[in-house]
Amino acid sequence: MTVAPVHAPTLEAGAPARTRPPARTPGRRSRTGRIVLHLSLAVIMIVWLVPAVGLFVNSFRPPAAVSSSGWWTALAPPYEFTFSNYSEVLSRQGLDTAFLNSLFITIPATVLVLAVAAFAAYAFAWMQFVGKDVIFVVMVGLLVVPLQVTLVPLLRLFADLGIAGTFLSVWLAHTGFGLPFAIYLLRNYMGGLPREVFEAAAIDGAAPTTSFFRLALPMSAPVIAAMAIFQFLWVWNDLLVALVFIGPVPGNLPLTVLVSNLVNSLGGQWHLLTAAAFIMMVVPVAIFIALQRYFVRGITGGAVKG
Amino acid sequence: MDDRLTTAFFVVVGVPASLVGYIFLVELVLRLVPQRRVPRIRPLLWIAPALAFLAVFLIYPTLDTIRRSFMDRLSENYVGWSNYEYMWTDHAVRGAIVNNLLWLVFLTLGAVGIGLLVAVLVDRVRYEPVVKTVIFLPMAISFVAAGVIWRFMYDFRPESGTLNAIITGFGADPVAFFSEWPLNTFALIVVGVWMQVGFAMVILSAGLKSISNDLLEAARVDGATEWQIFRKVTFPLLLPTIAVISTAVIIIALKAFDIVYVMTNGNFNSEVLANRMYKEMFTFRHFGRASAIAVVLFLAIVPIMIFNIRRFREQEAIR
Repeated sequence: MTVAPVHAPTLEAGAPARTRPPARTPGRRSRTGRIVLHLSLAVIMIVWLVPAVGLFVNSFRPPAAVSSSGWWTALAPPYEFTFSNYSEVLSRQGLDTAFLNSLFITIPATVLVLAVAAFAAYAFAWMQFVGKDVIFVVMVGLLVVPLQVTLVPLLRLFADLGIAGTFLSVWLAHTGFGLPFAIYLLRNYMGGLPREVFEAAAIDGAAPTTSFFRLALPMSAPVIAAMAIFQFLWVWNDLLVALVFIGPVPGNLPLTVLVSNLVNSLGGQWHLLTAAAFIMMVVPVAIFIALQRYFVRGITGGAVKG
Repeated sequence: MDDRLTTAFFVVVGVPASLVGYIFLVELVLRLVPQRRVPRIRPLLWIAPALAFLAVFLIYPTLDTIRRSFMDRLSENYVGWSNYEYMWTDHAVRGAIVNNLLWLVFLTLGAVGIGLLVAVLVDRVRYEPVVKTVIFLPMAISFVAAGVIWRFMYDFRPESGTLNAIITGFGADPVAFFSEWPLNTFALIVVGVWMQVGFAMVILSAGLKSISNDLLEAARVDGATEWQIFRKVTFPLLLPTIAVISTAVIIIALKAFDIVYVMTNGNFNSEVLANRMYKEMFTFRHFGRASAIAVVLFLAIVPIMIFNIRRFREQEAIR
């Protein structure tokens, strides 16, 4: 699925580092109008931040305080903060292993999808062949297939292959699910690269492999970065696929599955849940803040996976 | 641990390397093929690995699920339409369908509506990037993390539940958000809105900035109020973008699973179809019914699929 009105040069517009002047001329808005505007934005920001801030504050409070008083009371003296919640979930609840499992699942799944998609995207963008349009339309259709529809047969397939419950099964599944979007996004970007470059290379006798590795791939670096971030966040944040394909193997559980289990088993032990949730959020939030520009560009350039 | 590290390393380095090897092998083989045939064969060999993946992990399973939806518990005998009849008659499944419809309508209205509001408001202030980052941040985290965050917002005890602290602060009784339908479904949808508004806002904001300033200035010179400009100029120009975002959010609503799984696990009638399917698969071990639910989800998405393909065709036509 794409967002048509946005073309390559204006993609930057949505990103924080934009080149246009920061705000439109306010027109003839009255002074009270401006105040209402700032107030509504402030309210929206507070509503958006409070849930996460509350959890964050509580994750550093001692268990007794968490269960007896609200997080807002901790904002006034006397201050008592502690790291004990974090050390307990990491060592005793197995979050350290799950953290590594999440990395083991996410990184290969991200590399795999990019490796498989890149060649196909180049072929769709710069080669002519019979059936190209039909195949690509099918791909656009596959973008929105709900992955629920694949679960039962894949579970059976993985069991038959003897890889049920392994990382390999999740890597393969995530690659399959991420592939239509990856090909679609990469093909649209590669197709937008200047034609003259490829024609000149062909005239100079460059083989398609040369054009691909020397021209298309380096020039597509921004969109590859965007896709890598997407896939990383999808896989890191995924619950359903991990639950279905490695659910029964406790040693291989990623953070999402482990934490959702903890929600049920720890129930009211908020001091532990809060710390666990934050450990789970650290990686995606860091990646997101550091690479927001690519992320936004990817979203506005060709938006959503099914 | 070491074992996993080796496998992961093998995959991260080995798979791309073997794909590159495959492409070079293709080029070597193509030298033996008559030159005039090469331009036809080469693209097919280049896309072959991707097509193989799609066939095995998307196309085959989808078709197989449709087949299994007409079979019994363990996919041994064909049972006609009985799994679908079960869906229409079973109380719990019908409740899940109703909830999915609530999700569809209110998640879409909430995410797109608030997203539009924020996009329009934020366009007029200098601290735009800050607001955007704040609203956008929930998109980076998992539904599971959002579930934990909001379970704690909704907690019944005013000592820990932020919302109930506010409610009791006004002198009212604390509300049990999760134990009453339809309140629990709406409570879950709010979490979905909190996560998805950023997505709608970013795209709408980009669309907003592609509307020319001259157009808006001309309207202002003609004496239009800001509200008139929004209704008569901005909104109509944004409509195609709004349609696209709405389809994206509708898909998210239809596939909703994680939030419900983490926060209520479908208790007190808050179940949606994907959760029902998961239960049919792993709690009741009935693959036929699970497959029928998946097929219904798939059919619900087919119109969006067609819409997307049409849009794609139109875009290609003007490329």
